[in-house]
Formats: sequence, structure tokens, C-alpha cells
Amino acid sequence: MSREQAKTPGSESFLEGALRRLIRDKAALAGTAIILALIVLAVFAPWVTSHDPVKQDFGRLLTAPSWEYPLGTDQYGRDVLTRIIYGCRYALIIGLAVSAIHLVIGVVLGLLAGYYGSWVETVIMRLTDVMLSIPSVVLAVVLAGFLGGGVQNVIIAVGAIGWRAYTRLVRAEVLSTKEETFVEAARAIGCSDLRIMFRHVLPYTLGPVIAYTSLGVATAILWAAALSFLGLGAQPPTPEWGAMLADGREYMADAWWIATFPGLAIMVTVLGFNFFGDALRDTLDPKAEGRLRE
Amino acid sequence: MLKFLFRRLILLLPVLLIVTVLISSLLYFSPGDPVQVMLGIRANPEAVAAIRAELGLDKPAHVRYFIWLSNVAQGNLGRSLQRNEKVLDLIAETIVPTLEITFFAVFISVFLALPIGVVSAVRANSWVDHLLSFFSLFWVAMPGFWVAIMALLLLSMHWGIFPISGRGGPIWSVAGLRYLLLPGLILGIRQVAIISRLIRAGMLEVLNADYVRTARSKGLSERVVVYKHALRNAMIPTVTIFGVQLPEFLSLAVIIETVFAWPGTGQMLVDAVLKRDYTLVQGIVLIYALLVIAMNLVVDMLYAYIDPRIKHE
Amino acid sequence: MAHLLEIDDLRVRFRTEFGAIKAVDGVSLALKLGQTLGLVGESGCGKSVTALSIMGLLGPSGQISGGDIWYHRGNDRIRLSGLHPRGKAIRAIRGNEVAMIFQEPMTSLNPVFTVGHQIMESLILHQKLSRPQARRRAVELLQKVGIPWPDKRVDQYPHQLSGGMRQRVMIAMALACHPALLIADEPTTALDVTVQAQVLELMLQLQSELGMAILMITHNLGIIAGMAQDVAVMYLGRVVERGPVREIFHRPWHPYTRGLIDSVPPLTGPVRLKPIPGSVPELRSLPAGCRFRPRCDQALGVCAEMEPVLKEVAPDHLAACWRC
Repeated sequence: MSREQAKTPGSESFLEGALRRLIRDKAALAGTAIILALIVLAVFAPWVTSHDPVKQDFGRLLTAPSWEYPLGTDQYGRDVLTRIIYGCRYALIIGLAVSAIHLVIGVVLGLLAGYYGSWVETVIMRLTDVMLSIPSVVLAVVLAGFLGGGVQNVIIAVGAIGWRAYTRLVRAEVLSTKEETFVEAARAIGCSDLRIMFRHVLPYTLGPVIAYTSLGVATAILWAAALSFLGLGAQPPTPEWGAMLADGREYMADAWWIATFPGLAIMVTVLGFNFFGDALRDTLDPKAEGRLRE
Repeated sequence: MLKFLFRRLILLLPVLLIVTVLISSLLYFSPGDPVQVMLGIRANPEAVAAIRAELGLDKPAHVRYFIWLSNVAQGNLGRSLQRNEKVLDLIAETIVPTLEITFFAVFISVFLALPIGVVSAVRANSWVDHLLSFFSLFWVAMPGFWVAIMALLLLSMHWGIFPISGRGGPIWSVAGLRYLLLPGLILGIRQVAIISRLIRAGMLEVLNADYVRTARSKGLSERVVVYKHALRNAMIPTVTIFGVQLPEFLSLAVIIETVFAWPGTGQMLVDAVLKRDYTLVQGIVLIYALLVIAMNLVVDMLYAYIDPRIKHE
Repeated sequence: MAHLLEIDDLRVRFRTEFGAIKAVDGVSLALKLGQTLGLVGESGCGKSVTALSIMGLLGPSGQISGGDIWYHRGNDRIRLSGLHPRGKAIRAIRGNEVAMIFQEPMTSLNPVFTVGHQIMESLILHQKLSRPQARRRAVELLQKVGIPWPDKRVDQYPHQLSGGMRQRVMIAMALACHPALLIADEPTTALDVTVQAQVLELMLQLQSELGMAILMITHNLGIIAGMAQDVAVMYLGRVVERGPVREIFHRPWHPYTRGLIDSVPPLTGPVRLKPIPGSVPELRSLPAGCRFRPRCDQALGVCAEMEPVLKEVAPDHLAACWRC
């Protein structure tokens, strides 16, 4: 009856609609560009820049941005721009490795919880609740700290805290998919549970999961950088962005560039993955629009 | 209401237990030795062994855990391995500053997020909405610690608007507030983006509801319709997710405390982890878990208050 | 008796992604105090939109693009269609002198406030009652609409009441300030048949007590027969026939009206359903000439060329058809 009253508050004019779509697509474009740039820089770092990211040069300590060193040098005379470029490698590796861990844990747990229900689901969801009882940074700090520092341990630490979102996503999808008739059919012809889960149900759950992965990578990079910043992650002289920020902190007053630019790099990367992730989500999981991620 | 609380508490006890088991096993089975850290790498192995025995570190893991657990049950969280003070005392000293910035940040973020979320929804798809969405996206992408450092650089060092670090006093004092403002603001502002998006999404759904139309048909002003009838309903899903976000404040506080040299528990935690101070870490994690549980309970009660349908389950 | 409400050649336009749609295209109606006008038609014919435009509740994409709605209060004539939909003037009238009840009682009541509170809102707003006074009135109203134990129910939430009771609450809410006009948009469609009868009887009873005019919107001819003195039949945004209920039912003129009446299966005798052939066309692709022509079994040549206008075919009985 009230459907005669057209839809939403503020129905937009044609111009506004086109603008919105343009902005959206631009963002997706920007996101893809950023990610590609990241990959290119990471792979071709030695060819892109001639400076050495870890070698110390006491003749050039703390120089301001200049033509030769576009982003300045740090407290050991190393070129900041070079270190940021090499940092792309760490960002990528960490982001992907962590996401891989999250995916595996999250998808498996989500599948099991959603498919079997009953006590399996309860146990898994309770486990997730337990994990939620400890603030994420606290847990990551304890993990990374007690495992010792280093990039490897950062990956483990961050890997341990981010899989909850995936579990919840997958479980929700499984819950709706398992009622479908093709699942019943598969069961009727005698497929084992495992086979049904992985061959029949899983493909249908992957849409929103993949859409979320891009955002997951962004979050992983942020968390890893935070850990390194606190001194619990990548150790010097590793050119990881978070660690660089920690270095730069001491020299804030005299050499602001040491901390500023790595931070910018993180932000741009995260934005890139966010934009890309949004575009992915629009394609793969349109009903997620407006749903908030964890 | 009390029964409701009691029931929830009972359910949470096992969770707490599992948390402690998890953390303790993590600590006991990880590499690194606190005594070694204390005495240095070249320490005499006999001295190390002696101190380990004294601190009870030579006993097997599960024994140590049960000793610790029974102590906790009696209210004794042990002594810090590094500082040789009671863990409970150390935490008590530092928990207040942490709670100060956390509550301040929560308050700020809700205070700002509400109007932003509502306005975005009421004027959905207008330039106002797009602008606000854009800002939200930026804030969410920016690394919290980087924003903190930048703010410190610009606002404290360069322009001297805010004091540089440390705490000036309790929250109700003027000096205290001055020092609290910047770290508290930075902590809260990232969440503003997230919460306002939540509210916007909730409001968009609600503004189309039949009862909103009914409210208008009674002659109520648009402001009453939006802020009373619509918002209250939009808050229902918002509060749930907000509850999940609350522990994030505690998380971020750890980083903010480090950047601003704010003498809170988070900062102490990082220090303790670096020094392998088992007992202190165990104690801090336990307290944090308790805090999170308390927060969740408050959110649950809030939820029941907002949505009367819950009360009658 | 002068008319309470006059709708004069009303036109309402909606902005949609397909362009502008004329949901109402030249509707004229009139209501008197103490009387019920039925507004009949299929879904999408514009009856709800007409009702909403009286109240100024068209939403941001709807707009009155032509015609007027006049409301008579004593010696004053107020042009409702000219009032700003969010302005003070129309808000003073809404819920106070003109009230509306809707089809879905479950979703039309706010789930987070007690029913008492929702009734009290208009009392406090329009009649400036204090809270205790308003609460007493709310209890009285609940009793009047036939809700048992009103002093308990007043503090309950909508989800604790049954569908029929919720609709009664809506009626209580609407009538709280003794409006001169009650607009009822399919008030019983979502209710069980037995409850339907109860609610309708309640409305009739209240009408004879309070003397208000009722605009009853429905697609159910039986309700019209039982409640209304006059009826207007709408099709695709226009009124195709209008007149006293008895007259229309006994001597329907317009083929559409005839089709509507014929499509109601008789209670006795052999049952042979006679639907109206064809379906309602989209508002954006209207046929030329008479809008009903594609489904009419008595179309003339002229029907394809010009839209018929309402003409008197009997005293007080108007129809828009070339066959008269």
C-alpha cells in the first residue's frame, strides 16, 4: 500500500545517481591501481631504487627531503623512500600470509559450525566468544611478545586474532546453503559429509568470503604494523613500515619525515585494499551493502 | 533484572577460565626466560637456577597454573617477576588512567557518531552523506598509531595546543583534562567513523518503517519522529555491534598509551611482555578479560532496556 | 450540510527512476460529517495516495501537482494541499482534526514504546494534557474501543497484543483527539474475518457517538455495503463512478464497477467466477482514450480516442463512460 510512496528518503536525481556510480568506480579503480603498484614495487624493488635499504651511511644522517632523497634519510642515513619501497614486500607478505591463515581457520571452523550445528557449533562459537573476551591487541601483544619478535611471529600473532570474522561469515552462508535441495540430493546419493561440505557447500560460501578478504588483508597489515610499532614485530633493521614509525617517533621534533611517510604508505595501502574490497563486495555479495564488518 | 545478570555471570565463568588457561599455557610454553632477562645473558647459570627455584618457575606448567589459580581465587594475583611488587597493586595504579581515556573516548565517539549517523541517513545520498562517508572511510583506513603520532607532532610539538605526554591528574581536574584531551580524542575518533556508519545503516532501514509514518500522521514534528521514534529502533542493531566494538577501545588504548606515555595498564602490558614478566602479564590479561565481560554485560542490559521485546523472552 | 472535506481535481505525481508517474490524475471527492465515503479500487489505483495527500504524508518523492484539497473548520476553509508537508499548520491538524489508521497494525505501532505512551503522545501534543491526565484518557480510550483490562494493557507493548487488539489501539490512538475526519486505509485487510467484523462494528459505533466523517479505503465491496453511504470507484488514478452506495450497487453504470460487483462470488446458487479480463496496465504505459477500454467488453469507437469525463447518469450518481 505504501509502496506507492516511492522508496527511500532522499531519492536522488539522475545526476546524483550517476555521480555516485562514478565515485564508486573511481574508488575501485584507485584501489586496484594501488594494489598493483604495491605488487610491482615489492617485486621490482631493487630495480626501482638504487639505494640500499639497510646499509647505514653516517655521512647522511637525518637529511631532509631533497632531490636525491625525496623522502629524506633516517637516523642511520638510510633513504626513507627506498625503505618504504622495500617495505612493500613485508606489507604484502604479511598481509597475504595472515589472510591465508585467517581464511583456512575461519573457513574450516565456519563450515563445521554451520554444517553440523548442535554441539559442534556451540563449541566453536563459544571458542570464538572466548577469543573475543580478550581485546585483540592485548592478545596479539602477548603472543608476539612471548614468541619473540620478528616478522614470522607477527604473522602468527595476527593470524591468531582475525579469523573470527571469517568464521561468522562462513557459518552464516553455510546455514542458508545447507537447506538447498542440491545438498539434499548429494546426501541422497550417499556423498560423505566431508565431500558435501567441501565440494558442494563451500563454493557457495566463497562469494562474501572473497569479498571480505581484501578488507581482511588491510586489517592484517594495520595490526602487524601496530605490533612492529610497539617493538614486538619486525626487528631493526627490517624496513617494515610499522617499525619505521617506531624509529621515527624518537626523532619527531627534528626529522618528521621518518615517521610521516611510512604512515602515509600504510594509509594508502589500507585505503587501496578497502576500495578494492568494496568493489569486490558489490560484485560478489551485493546484499552485504550496509552490513558492517567487524 | 538481577536474575538476568546473575544468569549471564554464571555462563561467563567458564569463559574466563578458558581465557586464563589459554594465556597461561601461552606464557609457560613460550621461549625466553624471565630470569635470564633479569640477570642478563652472561648470568651465572647457578644463580639463574637458584632464582628460578625461588620464584617457583622450576615446577611443571600445570602445577604452576593451579597455584596461580588458587591464589587468584583468594584475590592474590601474585608478584611481578621484574618489579617485585604485588601485581594487584601495579594494576590498581594503572587501571584508572586506562579507564579514564577509554570512557572518555567511548563518550566522545558516541556523542559525535549519533548526529553524524542520523544526518547521513536522513539526507541519504546527498552530498552531505557522500562527504561524511568519505571521511568515515579515511578515518577507518588510517592507522591509529600514525594518527596519534601525527597529532602529537602537529598539535603538541609544533603548535603547542596540547601537552606532549603524560598525565596531568585525575579526570575531574582541569590539568587532568588538559592532558587527557588529545589521547582520548584520538582514541575515540576512529570509532566515530565505524559507529556513525552503523547508525546510518540502522536509520535507513527504520526510516521506511510503517510506525514512522504513523508517528508523522499524529502530527509530531520531524525532529521528534526522527530522534524519538526512529532512532530508538535504529539503535537496536547498533547496540549489538557496538558491544563488539567496545573491547576495541581497550585494544587501541594500548597503542595510544604507548605513544602518549599515558601511564595506563596497556603501556605496562607491553613493557611486561618485553621483559617476560609472566605473573604481571597473567594478571593484566585476566583484568582485561574481566573488563570486557563487564562491558558486554552493560551492553546486554542496555540492549534489554532499549528493546522491550527482549525482556519478555 | 456543508462538506467537511472537498477534493477538487487532485493530481499527484511521483518521481521514480523511470521518470514522473501520475499516481492520481484528476480525482474529486467530498465528505460530510457523520457520513462514510467508501473509496474502492484495485491495488495501485491511487486510493492510498489520495488519502496520504490529504494528510500531507506523500514522502519526499511525491508531490501534489494539481488540484486542491479543502478542509472546512466551522466558517474557515483551509487549503490542505497548499500547506507545507512538514510545516506547523498541517501538523496541528494531523492527529488532531484529521486522523488516519493503516493496514498493518503490527508494523504501524512502534515496538519500543507502550501502547499507552503512543496514545498519550497526541493527547499531550494537541490537547496539552499533563502526563497523568493523558494516561487517564488513554485508559478510557482503550476501554472505549473494547479492550479488556485497559489499565493493565496501557503499559504493555504492541508485541504483547493480538492483531485485533492492536488495530483497536490504532483506532483509539486516532480518535484520541476527537478528529472530524478519520481516514481508514484498509484497516481490516490484515485481520481475521471474525475480527474484521468486530473492528468494523466498533468503527460504526464510534462514528455514531462522535459524529466524525470516515473515508474508508478498501478493495472489499462487502465492507462498503455495510459501512458507507457513498462510494467512489477508482481505476488507474481516476474516479470512474461515484454515488450513493445503494444506487451504485443496484445500478452500476461503469463497466469496471459492474465487473467488480460481478466478480464477487454469490453466497447462494451455483458459483461461477466472473473475473474482469486482462490486468491493470502499468501507470507509465497508459492506453489512449479511456483507460479501461482494453478490458471493456462494451467499448465504442470513441473510447479509443478520448477520455470520458464524469457525467451524471442518475440523481447524485456520476459515471465516466461514453455509454451514457
